[in-house]
Amino acid sequence: MIASSILWLIPALPLAGFLLAIATGNRALVRVAAPALVGASFVVALVAVATLAGAEAGSRLVDPVYTWIEVGGFRADVTFRLDALAAVMVLIVTGVGFLIHVYSVGYMAHDAGLPRFFAYLNLFMFAMLLLVLADNLLLLFVGWEGVGLCSYLLIGFWYEDDANAAAGKKAFVVNRIGDVGFVLGLLLLAWSTAGAAGMSLDFAHVEAHAAGLGAGTAAAIGLLLLVGAAGKSAQIPLYVWLPDAMAGPTPVSALIHAATMVTAGIYMIARLHVVFEAGPAALAVVAVVGVATALFAATIALVQHDIKKVLAYSTVSQLGFMMLALGVGAFATAIFHVMTHAFFKALLFLGAGSVIHGMSGEQDVRRMGGLRARMPVTFWTFLVGTLAIAGAPGLAGFFSKDEILWHTWAAGHPVFWLVAVVTATLTAFYMFRLLFLTFFGAPRAAPEVAAHVHESPATMTVPLVLLAVLSIAGGWVGLPEGWLWGPAIGRFLAPSTGHPHLAHHGAVGEGTLMLVATLLAAAGAALAWLFYVRRPELPGELAGRFRALHALLAGKYWVDELYDALVVRPYVRLSDALWRFVDQGLIDGAVNGTAAFVVVNGQLWRLVQTGNVQHYALVFVGGAAAVLLYYLAR
Amino acid sequence: MATLAFLVLAALLVGSALAVVLHPNPVKSAMALVVTLFLLAVVFVLLEAHMIAALQIIVYAGAIMVLFLFVIMLLNLGDEEQRARPRRRVVVHGVAWAAGALLAVVLVRLVAGAPLGRPAPAPEGYGSAALVARSLFTDYVLPFELAGLLLLVAVIGPVVLAKRGR
Amino acid sequence: MIPISWYLTLSAVLFAIGVVGVVVRRNVIVILMAIELMLNGVNLTFVALARQLGSVDGQVVVFFVMAVAAAEAAVGLAIVIAFFRNRESVNADDLALLRW
Repeated sequence: MIASSILWLIPALPLAGFLLAIATGNRALVRVAAPALVGASFVVALVAVATLAGAEAGSRLVDPVYTWIEVGGFRADVTFRLDALAAVMVLIVTGVGFLIHVYSVGYMAHDAGLPRFFAYLNLFMFAMLLLVLADNLLLLFVGWEGVGLCSYLLIGFWYEDDANAAAGKKAFVVNRIGDVGFVLGLLLLAWSTAGAAGMSLDFAHVEAHAAGLGAGTAAAIGLLLLVGAAGKSAQIPLYVWLPDAMAGPTPVSALIHAATMVTAGIYMIARLHVVFEAGPAALAVVAVVGVATALFAATIALVQHDIKKVLAYSTVSQLGFMMLALGVGAFATAIFHVMTHAFFKALLFLGAGSVIHGMSGEQDVRRMGGLRARMPVTFWTFLVGTLAIAGAPGLAGFFSKDEILWHTWAAGHPVFWLVAVVTATLTAFYMFRLLFLTFFGAPRAAPEVAAHVHESPATMTVPLVLLAVLSIAGGWVGLPEGWLWGPAIGRFLAPSTGHPHLAHHGAVGEGTLMLVATLLAAAGAALAWLFYVRRPELPGELAGRFRALHALLAGKYWVDELYDALVVRPYVRLSDALWRFVDQGLIDGAVNGTAAFVVVNGQLWRLVQTGNVQHYALVFVGGAAAVLLYYLAR
Repeated sequence: MATLAFLVLAALLVGSALAVVLHPNPVKSAMALVVTLFLLAVVFVLLEAHMIAALQIIVYAGAIMVLFLFVIMLLNLGDEEQRARPRRRVVVHGVAWAAGALLAVVLVRLVAGAPLGRPAPAPEGYGSAALVARSLFTDYVLPFELAGLLLLVAVIGPVVLAKRGR
Repeated sequence: MIPISWYLTLSAVLFAIGVVGVVVRRNVIVILMAIELMLNGVNLTFVALARQLGSVDGQVVVFFVMAVAAAEAAVGLAIVIAFFRNRESVNADDLALLRW
């Protein structure tokens, strides 16, 4: 353990940006200061990580800031820790975050709410960094809730439109449902790992005691935590908020709903891998949820025509891959994919933003086409992103996805591997479909839109290029075993995430699987070429012949409608009934009833005031006689 | 002998008091009250309170009751009109008499039931003006002065109250 | 020697009759007279007990009671006159203005 005094700066700098933005609201100041502060945070993070890298493996930097809760046998402090896992996460968050901040300067240049935007964005950075740098689960939860809040604020950024506000609410409410499971998991964990030193949610304490948990208890904790992760990382059944979240500005989609916030669930499970390994049943569920979500979301993405919605479902699908990796015990691999995914998904989203910006707000790919010539930088970087996500050999996504597939096979889950490979093929198909529909073919835009199509300014294109470079080179830190320097990132992360269990190295080697996957991905891309460039009438014909299937996919399996009917409407009816019977009936009734009682009472008693003195005298006499009688009787 | 006199006196007293309370004509009521006051003065004499008996006749019967009669005549009041229905009157009377009877019984039991023993020997000149005056102007001089103030108010007040409006 | 308790009984009876008069009569002036009756009953009590104790203090109190009764009668009748001027009535039923 190495003491550090700079870790606190990493979340503090964006917090300062938030305070500055809400205090001054000065456009010129905020749009320089906000990205600059995040950039400074990135630099500090680099310094800290460098210090860590120079130390021996398994060490970590600790920066205690403040004693927060100390009651009874329980203690939780505001302490930041930087170990290998946190190092990777913090670099992703600050690095990609910085690029997106720079991009936003251009994207939001004409928006009246720019200071508010950067305030929220910086607040988000603060909360996310709190989450990844926390030394205990309670502080992590603070960050967890904070990113949920900022997500809500940013999704509903253009709140004048009710649909945007509704999307923000949906995200928050669904997250909340997940959080119930998360909190229950935390409580169970704290209670069952309580030892002689009292109760604690510090990671050190949890790691030390988790191995001693019974399989049933550990599995229960794991499942509860999974509920929370499913909410935050958009897995079945709590993924429904992510596609709606595309109502927010595109940089928000890139940062929060692709690169960082949605990976919080993955991070949390990786961080608590000791608990999950103690309860293998939960781990199995994680894998199933992950692989099912991956396939499910990929099928929906096949037929979506909003450029951001395709990317949203793609994100859900890729998160499913990460869950699968966690579920088969390859925790470091999941984090590796978090990293590469952050690069290429942010790239794709920012590219989409660039397209939307150039198309004067158009988001429907059916009205795009032929943008290749008019927006070259956007096109080429988007192409890089598409290749990366499809798993083109040598690019970032190739290595991380391949490692997931390999670990799935080697841990003894051939069925999962098959589903994952099919999903990867579909991924290649729908991503190239998106590319072709947007950038190739004849322009289908309305004339006045087509006239204004232009490449985006440098403040937007430079981050695109940088992310493209990262999407190309980012995967080289995790090469397969035996290739050059091998899985360097896996080795780096091992002290934090453990080693994956490779049940058997069967006859099939990693190279063979890699080849199979690559060929299938290429087939998917080729099919997309056929459908959307060579024979563009084919999709329409297919949709016509398989009308029911197409409707099912285009309607997103009617999940939102199902939830609405099964959950939302009954709940609203219940709330309404409670409002009427309990709130208005009982509570208002009690209050008003008390008032009415007092009034009625008064109206009864006022009849005593007859104004007739003799009545009063009579009562007086009677009373006097009674008192005297009492004394007489004594 | 004295007992008989007292009993007759008491009977007359109760009778005239009832007349005050029951007679419908206010003038007759007032006259009954005068009779009652005179009879009470006699009782005071029996109790050797001579000065008080004299004051009773001069002040109470002679001044206060005259004032009452003045006002009754001034307002030219006739018999008292009864507005309530007979049944209600019966109820009111019943309740009032019951309460009065209860009060009387209780008071009698309380007061008269107390063991008092023989009266103390009366000092020389008991009941005379001199003795009362001595006590009045020494021990009770403050209440005496306050009573004077009260009478001043009683003079001014009615003058103001009964004046014709401006 | 007549026992003092007889006098006290008499005074209690007078007082009770006065009370009944206050409650039953409708004419305000008669009510005032009934109040005087009650006061006289009390006076009798004081005088009787003064004799019992052999002290003049009781008689002094009676003196004050008479003074106060005079003042009260004067003021009360003045009020009745003023009221009669407005309402042309001395019936207690017309006096019940402070009712609900």
